[in-house]
Amino acid sequence: MTQPIHGIPASPGFAEGKAYCLAAGEVQVVKRTGCQPEEELARLESALRQVRQALEQDAARARTSVGASEAEIFEAHSLILEDPDLREQVRAEVEGERVNIEFAWQNNIDRYAKILEGMDNELFAARAADVRDVGKRVLWTLTGTKIDTLAGLTSPSVILARDLTPSDTIAMDKSLVLAFCTAEGGPTSHTAILAKALGIPAVVGLGAAILDIAPGSLLCVDGVNGRVLVNPDPSARAAFESARSAFHDRSKEELSHAHEPAVSLDGVHFEIVANIGGEKDAQKAVEMGAEGVGLFRTEFVYLDRAVEPDEEEQYRVYQSVMEIMGTRPVVVRTLDIGGDKDIPYLHLEKEANPFLGVRAIRLCLQQPEMFLAQLRALLRAAVGHDLRIMFPMVATLSEVRTAREYTEKARAELAARGIAVPKVQLGIMVEIPSTAVLADQFAREVDFFSIGTNDLTQYTFAAERVSEKMAYLSDPLHPAVLRLVQRVIEEGHKQGIWIGMCGELAGDADAVPILMGLGLDEFSMSPNAVPHAKAVIRQWSTAAARELAVRALDLESGEDVRALVRSTPPR
Amino acid sequence: MASAIVTIHHPVGLHARPASVFVRTAANFPCTINVRNLSGDSKMVNAKSILAVLTLGANQGAQIEIQTSGEGEEEALKALVELVESNFGE
Repeated sequence: MTQPIHGIPASPGFAEGKAYCLAAGEVQVVKRTGCQPEEELARLESALRQVRQALEQDAARARTSVGASEAEIFEAHSLILEDPDLREQVRAEVEGERVNIEFAWQNNIDRYAKILEGMDNELFAARAADVRDVGKRVLWTLTGTKIDTLAGLTSPSVILARDLTPSDTIAMDKSLVLAFCTAEGGPTSHTAILAKALGIPAVVGLGAAILDIAPGSLLCVDGVNGRVLVNPDPSARAAFESARSAFHDRSKEELSHAHEPAVSLDGVHFEIVANIGGEKDAQKAVEMGAEGVGLFRTEFVYLDRAVEPDEEEQYRVYQSVMEIMGTRPVVVRTLDIGGDKDIPYLHLEKEANPFLGVRAIRLCLQQPEMFLAQLRALLRAAVGHDLRIMFPMVATLSEVRTAREYTEKARAELAARGIAVPKVQLGIMVEIPSTAVLADQFAREVDFFSIGTNDLTQYTFAAERVSEKMAYLSDPLHPAVLRLVQRVIEEGHKQGIWIGMCGELAGDADAVPILMGLGLDEFSMSPNAVPHAKAVIRQWSTAAARELAVRALDLESGEDVRALVRSTPPR
Repeated sequence: MASAIVTIHHPVGLHARPASVFVRTAANFPCTINVRNLSGDSKMVNAKSILAVLTLGANQGAQIEIQTSGEGEEEALKALVELVESNFGE
């Protein structure tokens, strides 16, 4: 039977279709001297003309298939293409040094990209990618490299590529893409994010061997398990087909019950809520049956801008999300950001280890005016709604107490302006081991805990979660993490507070029964994961889940825990 | 030669769409148009070059000086000043 190629599942689903191989387009530029300047410059003019036409087509296509804002990227590219300074400098270099046009062009593109990359302001630095993108397209045309922006996609296909960038995918007709398979990239790459947004399967990190697959080969993509079959034999294909139809039947069935509560076999209700980043996600959350929001990330309000957002602007953003969620509870996390993000107006210092530095609540307590503005905006948005405030990265009791004092101060400032705010639940993220260990003490100070398993895992194992080499140390199902989770839930319940979880683990189907067994009250996950998580809960009784959890806590590794769950039939 | 000093109020600064609109407007006039960031290193650059304008790094709140010289210099200056003051037409 045909053996599958294994990768990282990046977006769930099954698809099969012909391979469309995106050319990598790496061009080596060789310097030649003694060239004829007129000939070289004429070649540039001709290349620029061709690229300009291609860009116009891309912009028109983007306008109809993805929207005007994405079409703007191509309009910005055509301005770079026509830049008079760039052309003048290239011309001077070709005439002065009689070098070949490819060399002069790439040299000047590199120079501008480096200037932009070196700028303090991240907004400007990000434009370097546009410069390199335009530079690459011109170079492809000059060297006769096969140009491929997925614009040439004409029939439904599985896209095979080394990795995908926004400019690779923007011009493609998304209705023709069945799935993505990439050699590189991780679960948070552009490919993964785009695939999830389009609702199509993706497998990433498949390795360089997939680049040798012939165009037109039949690919069967399993985005649930991260497997790809190439030209499968009949028996492998039949197995794939049955897995695919089982998945589709299951998804359809689960979606039809998504708006019903998640109640275990013995009648216990578990709250299934969503992680969101703004209005669009909020709408999606309601559609997929989320009973509320367990994590509303507010970072986007602060990113990609030159000055701090004021109270009024923030209020409008929070208010619009609250309107969509109606009377459902919404847990809003205050700004969770640090030195890994360059936000010009915050004047953050560069730190050697930004994930161990001044970030989240630590940053907010150092910048009280900014913190107070966010708290006032949140309290105002709480009027008429069930908005709850959550502080991220709390490590000590004094941090919680200070954050609480600021909240009271914000409330008093609003009262002085004649705005009365209802009582609002205050909670903390439990994501630092010190807080998990002292959960009993923290539980007396707050109304709820939400366990952030991504960071809790990273800080427990002292392993960066973004590093591919550290992947073996980033399994939140590891008993070391599960025991901390168990402690947090038990100590919180002793004090009568509710416990949620908003890390990836809460939406992981293998983890759900264990978390039920540990007594977690609220599960917060990406909106798409809600129907399946609800379905898993309905298959278990709390007693059976508890037995499963007790056994899991005694295992030695995350793989063992996963194997246990998969081999234990629900009851 | 004509010149004027204006302040960038747009939240993203002279970047992204504002920069594109600024450069396109400048390119419509035959005269020479230069611009510098008085809140930065004050080096004069070609206002018709998007790459040069981006390297100014003019953030929100930055003061820029626009200089026009040649055919249509007054009209060009007026158009660019109005553009910046109207917050790039937003």
